[in-house]
Amino acid sequence: MLRKLFKFHGGVKPQTNKERSTTAPIAPVPLPDRLVIPLHQSVGGHPRPLVQPGDRVFKGQRIGAADGNLSSAVHASTSGIVRDVLPAVMPHTSGLTTLSVVIEPDGEDRWGELERINVRAATPDELRDYLRDAGVVGLGGAVFPSHLKLKPGKEGRLDTLVINGAECEPFITCDDMLMRERAADMLKGISAMRHMLQAREVLIGIEDNKPEALAAVQAAITASGEQGIEALSIPTRYPAGGAKQLIRVLTGIEVPHGRRSTDFGVQCFNVGTAYSIHDALEHGRPLLSRVVTVAGNVDTPRNYDVLIGTPMDHVVRLAGAHPDTDRYIMGGPMMGVRMPAFDVPVVKATNCILVGSPALFPPPPPEMPCIRCGECAKACPADLAPFEMYWFSRAKNFGKTQEYHLFDCIECGCCSFVCPSHIPLVDYFRFSKSEIWAREREKEAADTARERFEFKNLRQEREKQEKAEKLAAKAAATREKVAGEAAPPGATPTAAKPTGGDAKRALIEAAMEKARQQKAQIAPKNTDASTPGVQAEMAAIDARRAALEQPTEPPPPAGQA
Amino acid sequence: MLTALLVMTGIALLLGAGLGFASIKFKVEGDPLVDKIDAILPQTQCGQCGFPGCRPYANAIAGGEAEINQCPPGGEEGIRKLADLLGREFKPLSEEHGVEKPKSVAVIDEATCIGCTLCIQACPVDAIVGAAKQMHTIIAADCTGCELCLAPCPVDCIAMEPIAETVDTWKWRYPVFQIKQAA
Repeated sequence: MLRKLFKFHGGVKPQTNKERSTTAPIAPVPLPDRLVIPLHQSVGGHPRPLVQPGDRVFKGQRIGAADGNLSSAVHASTSGIVRDVLPAVMPHTSGLTTLSVVIEPDGEDRWGELERINVRAATPDELRDYLRDAGVVGLGGAVFPSHLKLKPGKEGRLDTLVINGAECEPFITCDDMLMRERAADMLKGISAMRHMLQAREVLIGIEDNKPEALAAVQAAITASGEQGIEALSIPTRYPAGGAKQLIRVLTGIEVPHGRRSTDFGVQCFNVGTAYSIHDALEHGRPLLSRVVTVAGNVDTPRNYDVLIGTPMDHVVRLAGAHPDTDRYIMGGPMMGVRMPAFDVPVVKATNCILVGSPALFPPPPPEMPCIRCGECAKACPADLAPFEMYWFSRAKNFGKTQEYHLFDCIECGCCSFVCPSHIPLVDYFRFSKSEIWAREREKEAADTARERFEFKNLRQEREKQEKAEKLAAKAAATREKVAGEAAPPGATPTAAKPTGGDAKRALIEAAMEKARQQKAQIAPKNTDASTPGVQAEMAAIDARRAALEQPTEPPPPAGQA
Repeated sequence: MLTALLVMTGIALLLGAGLGFASIKFKVEGDPLVDKIDAILPQTQCGQCGFPGCRPYANAIAGGEAEINQCPPGGEEGIRKLADLLGREFKPLSEEHGVEKPKSVAVIDEATCIGCTLCIQACPVDAIVGAAKQMHTIIAADCTGCELCLAPCPVDCIAMEPIAETVDTWKWRYPVFQIKQAA
């Protein structure tokens, strides 16, 4: 059966540069001296550390627990000793640090006890929780926690499960090699996902520059005998591997602004994610390693199976970086970001370490004014008008950029690629996006502060009122009491109620009387333990004092003493 | 002539009644301009403007009693927004009201704190937890950095710490436009 494929708008055809890294199979990487595993590796909450410096950890032991549902657990990639839990530089353009667990491998690579799950008997919710705790996230680059995507829509079932093996970005071949070598296991992972999503059919999209991968996947499908799974060759055009673009190509569905593909019965996963889901469900192994392409300015570009947390330069050394290397780029040349250092760790998002040099990636020519030629709009796969968004981003008119649907931009870099004025359009869009997010955060904080301030004023007002009421009630009660005492027995209460100045005087007298009584009652308490002699002396002193205080009384006659 | 007069009077009465009804029915409570100004102000509630909180300052601006350049936490951007909203001329931040500082939160040195509760009473947003003779601490997420707790502290155990940039708050820089090379 020949399926009809569709086209997405725009796109470009950069030189692919994929041949050299696909000549050799995926290679293992020797254990490095230390692993630095950042706890925050996926979209969502920052996982809490579960280990302390000095702890002994086994391979696959959880070292970071998922923080809330939009988060994913992190595990020790090998056995060893936890040397530190500290903020370390993360693979991010900013060069900022994030809480990381530093493990010194003991070289034994010994597995800890693995939590297994019975896939057939478990409920979908249990499977999702299990995948969250196994740290399975999208390996296509967005690192969105997979368990959240494995929910069938409102209807309880999905129409089409799209598996993304397009791998459109130049230089990167990790998905290609994974499909060639591990197609059967990947297919088992796809079956599990299909079961969880109750998907009617599965479409695997592979660009036509990967005939070996396509053949391997098709052979695996035939061998498994499962119905309703199809591997399709799609035309090579960047960015066919974008989720929305691939869905468009395979199903013809165009996901509109503000909607999700699940609203149309389609969900999309990367082939690497499918493989790690199989690994987690079938063998109980959490996500500890991933296939990483090392390409660019190296002797032998190749794919490696790299443990999460391995320093990038440790992997690049195997491929033989040329001496003029001046930067590592995580990802490809179109969407990749420059790393702040050479020894930043490989994380779940690292699909490729692109080794750069001034000769391979010369600095871009200076930016020239926009001539509004519209090439960027022709190339934009998200049907946006980049020249308009550029204009407003440059002027920092962020409201307008949002009117032009800035947040539908997937930052694929097609516009910058075709721009005849060499304008780094994506840089402007990234700048605008982060400014808008910052403003939203500030606005939220201001709204909270306003609410809390208003509540505090309200509370103070209320407390003042309550205090006044309490005082008034107390005063009224005292007045009543005094009135009751002052009234002669048998008199009617109304007649006895003193008024005006009398009431006040009565109150004052009552208070003075009370004070007098209290004073009289006070007796020193530190005399209980005194000796009888001391007590007798004190009694004599008290008697003399009493006599002095009442000088009007005549002194006792001396003869009687 | 008489008909014309009657018609005109009739129309006048009718329209007058309509306007009168509308002014009661669609009466706007409060000043909507104050709300708009208040939305621009940063809600630090620090009082550096000379008014007890952001809303009173918004009232004063709307009433023409205060200038738009008295809010240091709002900074230059805040003044520009106010100038845009009110159609006034932009003015640099007035020096007597303070200077623009990086966003900070107050931090209590818990070992020094004697538990006097003075800072709790001073905090405009109830962001300090504690009780008499108990250690106090600051809810960093709710602290607006107004510095109002610094002065009342009898043992000077509160310090302002600038908020460090994290990956979640990091921003892409504005692309540098190389005019010289391009020319």
